[in-house]
Amino acid sequence: MPKKLAFWQGNMAIAQGGIAAGCRFFGGYPITPSSEIAEVMAEELPKLNGRFIQMEDEIAGIAATIGASIAGYKAMTATSGPGFSLKQENLGLAYMAEIPIVAIDVMRGGPSTGLPTRVSQQDVMQARWGTHGDHGTIAYAPSSVQECYELTIEAFNMAERFRQPVLVMSDEVIGHMREKVVIPEPGSFPIIDRKKPKVSPEEFIPYLADPEDDVPPMASFGDGYRWHVTGLTHNDWGFPTNEPAEIGKKHLRLVRKIDRFRDDIVKYDLEQAEDAEILVVSYGCVARSAVRAVREARAKGIKVGHFRPITLWPFPDKELIRVAGMAKKVIVPELNCGQMVSEVRIALGAKAEIIPSNLVNGEILRPHEILATIEEVA
Amino acid sequence: MPREEIKPWLRTRFFPHIWCPGCGHGIILHAILRSLVDLGKTREETVIASGIGCSSRMPGYINANTVHTTHGRSLGFATGIKLANPALTVIDVMGDGDCTAIGGNHFIHACRRNIDITAIVMNNNIYGMTGGQASPTTPVGARATTAPYGAIDTPFDICRLAEGAGASYVARASIAQPVLCEQYIKKGIQKKGFSVVEIMTHCHTQFGRRNKRPNPVDNLNFFKENSIPKAKAKEMTEEEKKGKIIIGEFVDREAQEYTEAYLKLIERVRG
Repeated sequence: MPKKLAFWQGNMAIAQGGIAAGCRFFGGYPITPSSEIAEVMAEELPKLNGRFIQMEDEIAGIAATIGASIAGYKAMTATSGPGFSLKQENLGLAYMAEIPIVAIDVMRGGPSTGLPTRVSQQDVMQARWGTHGDHGTIAYAPSSVQECYELTIEAFNMAERFRQPVLVMSDEVIGHMREKVVIPEPGSFPIIDRKKPKVSPEEFIPYLADPEDDVPPMASFGDGYRWHVTGLTHNDWGFPTNEPAEIGKKHLRLVRKIDRFRDDIVKYDLEQAEDAEILVVSYGCVARSAVRAVREARAKGIKVGHFRPITLWPFPDKELIRVAGMAKKVIVPELNCGQMVSEVRIALGAKAEIIPSNLVNGEILRPHEILATIEEVA
Repeated sequence: MPREEIKPWLRTRFFPHIWCPGCGHGIILHAILRSLVDLGKTREETVIASGIGCSSRMPGYINANTVHTTHGRSLGFATGIKLANPALTVIDVMGDGDCTAIGGNHFIHACRRNIDITAIVMNNNIYGMTGGQASPTTPVGARATTAPYGAIDTPFDICRLAEGAGASYVARASIAQPVLCEQYIKKGIQKKGFSVVEIMTHCHTQFGRRNKRPNPVDNLNFFKENSIPKAKAKEMTEEEKKGKIIIGEFVDREAQEYTEAYLKLIERVRG
């Protein structure tokens, strides 16, 4: 059978990846540079008996998405910069109430309205700490249109498995560029659905987690189970509590359910990193330039490699420590004033000299610019 | 005491409730449950959504599918639930601050979209839970902790706001007319489209204490003495209507409901 090919924008691939993962509800609000995701969903979802709704603002867009998930749908929202800020409040509710959704942020320049049509990587820390309160975070950074498709499927699988929001931190370059995508056959990749309760409605304790994974099975509104969803800290019954023992139990589980399975979640990619004395660490659109620069530097005889975190969160720190064993110098190019470089510093400490390389003028770092940095430090 | 058939709808194990003794919210809770039981609704098909505030704690006490969301945002969640599963009966209980201040945008768009949700707005003219701050329905001159010299800004008329924004059913009563509350809630639930039932209630703790109505009975008497039926209000001058609560049904119309329109769209697209 011939391979099914498409020539898509990153944003289109995210929408199609969501659909392939089983997403049948999209709630959103127009914003550049993510609007194409909503536009594809508006066109495609009704054909699949799905639901698309354009809400009155970003806040309502994610609220409707969470509501649809509570009613049993795989649901998604997409936004950019200022919209991502507005969504933080209800992302917090979804973490606390353990409602699976996928939220896409196509990063543009900030702060504030910033650069609506230009690229940045300035939201990567907001992905981790944007909403108030502690919680585990899963966030992917696609580096190609193919990955937009595949990582959106992965994001849905992780959201359903761990019952929490999962983020795809795309960027304006990846979102708007067109590339070939090889579309896998349905059934050739895993699809994870949330665990449903095995007990009767009378015996159902909505937030009683299974000990083997710290995740409680989830009923849907309308399927016969009656349960209470709240953003207040709650006990196993889902009811607000002020008991220190119950508060601690809930809160620690929110973090632990991700920490425990960190190795299942973490993804990264390497380029000629085995014997690298200089290591470049980059993600998203910047990694495309960095890999090219690494290949050119290798051709010039420089022992340089590339490490690409695909999950920004959890950050692949253990893997980086292993890969960077021989590296004396680590270059971290980013389209921000130095955000993920902090994680690299925490991971590698004094074992290597960490060299941030930052660009915040709305442009992408080009291969020759990263090559120049490599040659400078070599 | 509630009727026998209402008891299964209450999560009594979470009593005592958090409301102050004498709070009007209990009268509204009872009216909602009587309405659901009389209309033959099951707990399994019923969703009660809310935002934040005293009134928004109500879903916790109702043994149905209940969702206590973020401040002002409950209609967004309720919209997602209803569009995902239009067979569900969705009621959104809100306070005056929740509905008309932080949630004002969501409220007018839910009215405009005319989605089949019943919004029950418990208007006590104050932010009670946070300690008596002024809300968009605090009357001019009334005192609040953030209006210590009396409120100076014009309050919203929630029913006129809902009417202007396109709701299919709009009515107002006060807790001094519990039978009327129940009648309007039932009509709101039965109406295909967005319904708004504003129920004037009191917060003697936070509003009453600062505005010469410190006891629950003062407030019930105030509602009894100042409620004017819509028909009578038509014959009164603006001056005579000042400070009065006009009760009655203001909108009762047929219009395209959102989820029905969406299902028709799906049919059209799929051929």
